[in-house]
Amino acid sequence: MSDILLRVTDLARTFDVSRPWLNRVLEGAPRQLLKAVDGVSFEIPRGQTFSLVGESGCGKSTVARLVVGLYRPSRGSISIDGSDLAAMSREQQQPVRRKLQMIFQDPYASLNPRWRVSSIIAEPILAHRILSDRTAIQKRVDELLRQVGLNPADGSKFPHEFSGGQRQRISIARALASKPEFLVCDEPTSALDVSVQAQILNLMKDLQRELQLTYLFISHNLAVVYHMSDTIGVMYLGRLVEVAPARTLFAAPQHPYSRLLLDTLPDLDMTGRERVPVAGEVPNPINPPTGCAFHPRCPLANDRCKRERPETKPAVTGTLVACHAVEEGRSQEMPAAA
Amino acid sequence: MTSQTAAPAGPTALQRFFDSDIWWSFRRNPVAIGAAVVTLLTFLGAGFAPWIAPHNPYDLASLNLMDAGRAPYWLDETWQPGDPRFWLGTDDQGRDILSTILYGARVSLLVGFLAVVFAMSLGILLGLAAGFFGGKVDAFIMRIADVMLSFPAILVALLIDGVFRVSLPSDMHQEIAVYVLVLAIGFSSWVNYGRTVRGSTLVEKSKEYVQAARVIGIHPAKIMLRHILPNVMGPVLVIATINLATAILTEATLSFLGVGVPPTQPSLGTLIRVGNDFLFSGEWWMTLFPGAALVIMVLAVNLLGDWLRDALNPKLR
Repeated sequence: MSDILLRVTDLARTFDVSRPWLNRVLEGAPRQLLKAVDGVSFEIPRGQTFSLVGESGCGKSTVARLVVGLYRPSRGSISIDGSDLAAMSREQQQPVRRKLQMIFQDPYASLNPRWRVSSIIAEPILAHRILSDRTAIQKRVDELLRQVGLNPADGSKFPHEFSGGQRQRISIARALASKPEFLVCDEPTSALDVSVQAQILNLMKDLQRELQLTYLFISHNLAVVYHMSDTIGVMYLGRLVEVAPARTLFAAPQHPYSRLLLDTLPDLDMTGRERVPVAGEVPNPINPPTGCAFHPRCPLANDRCKRERPETKPAVTGTLVACHAVEEGRSQEMPAAA
Repeated sequence: MTSQTAAPAGPTALQRFFDSDIWWSFRRNPVAIGAAVVTLLTFLGAGFAPWIAPHNPYDLASLNLMDAGRAPYWLDETWQPGDPRFWLGTDDQGRDILSTILYGARVSLLVGFLAVVFAMSLGILLGLAAGFFGGKVDAFIMRIADVMLSFPAILVALLIDGVFRVSLPSDMHQEIAVYVLVLAIGFSSWVNYGRTVRGSTLVEKSKEYVQAARVIGIHPAKIMLRHILPNVMGPVLVIATINLATAILTEATLSFLGVGVPPTQPSLGTLIRVGNDFLFSGEWWMTLFPGAALVIMVLAVNLLGDWLRDALNPKLR
């Protein structure tokens, strides 16, 4: 199965958000654990884009950070091209890290303000000892700058001399410097203007085609996700509720949460019509609801949903859905969104 | 395609400095300019003491007890007639006060500088480690810092100095007295740096450029030194400037109490102490002039530090 680049199996990450030890002892407060990601599994075939969408706090960024090894998984495994970062020593990790890069959300924080752009871009090249000759590195940096639509002369400037979109281009150049196969993009455009967003997204698509890159794309912007993805995973409170090809998901969302989420997309046909807002708020992940985490907000919830956690199962359209209502065929009863 | 060997390089470091907000703020702040000039003069005077001092006060051959206790030359009514060779008068051994001040400032500044460098290195190292590794390392280092903060710096310095004094033979102690003093003063003031660096490190560590470096697979030590350290140095430099003044004062205090540098290498504090004995016999210049030199030096450095703190504070720009 060499065409699967990333395989994530039953991934979970728990954060300890307890008060400090002294407060716990004095106040008798219990230890508090937050399940940011709870049993997520998915695969990305080589050269494709898999997107994770969901509201703030649903754990999509945590998945991204787990995949690149910034966090250690509490449970489950991540296999990148057959190797698991979490099980390796620092030295063993290096060849895998070379294939793996990340693009961050905030272009103002992701570049060291005291480094010149050319040093920022050259950092992965030096770290992985891809090139050692100074002029060769400089040539490569120039090539990367051109590749992301900047001028090689920009290399001698500092990050603060660039706009948000240009900074994100520098980020992309740095990510490409070690010739990676797999890029994890954590909301790469959410901090940018709409017009610049399109440029960056198109650049990323062009680069994907040119360099046969595989993307794990994190976003809360459904329009962006639709534009970028081959497959989409919808996350809710640390769990994947639906995984479907992009077109299928947008044409026929199965899970009630996916449907509500897609209904929030503005759409020309909807002009002047009343919207049904998603009822309620995301529950506190420290105290997630029993059974299906979505049941307090779900129009189709019944007793079974409150008791039993739904498993991810293939649904009619060939997508994977974790919902009792879909499984039981009750999903058609859902009130029309319009 | 232009060759990068003839890179259209940005402005040089010097040009960028003259373009910077700091230089601009410096130019329109007369207090800062004055303080900088005085500081510079003090440093030059101390640094080049052997060349510019009119006498070498520690060359025993050139001392004459007949010159002892002469008043400053420009005073008319005197106990002992002034002498044009001794512009600020002489001490009880016949040494020229101006020369002893220049030589004394040299020792004071040397001890101050070394103590600041030592305190800064220790504070940065411990602060970086505490902030970067967090958890138990952090708790351990910061509790030590809390304990040290609960003692006055002078007490810590006295303690360290005392331990060395007892454990080393006296002639050996004389030789390394300056370094013991540096160690004592430095050790009593690293906490300021440690806490500041820890705080800034916590802020920087969570920024995405540090995470980007971790994703690339950079070694943690390299991340600390090359990514985080340059970004936490701003406040450290401000503390260092103000700390230099404090270190000079601490040294003077210790020397005044008689536990500082040995009399063979008197600092400003030693001069003040020695002169103090003659204050009530009327020879006020022996203690007043070294005291005034100390005040001017410390004040100038402090004012410079104050200005630097404001200039580097983005909220006050």
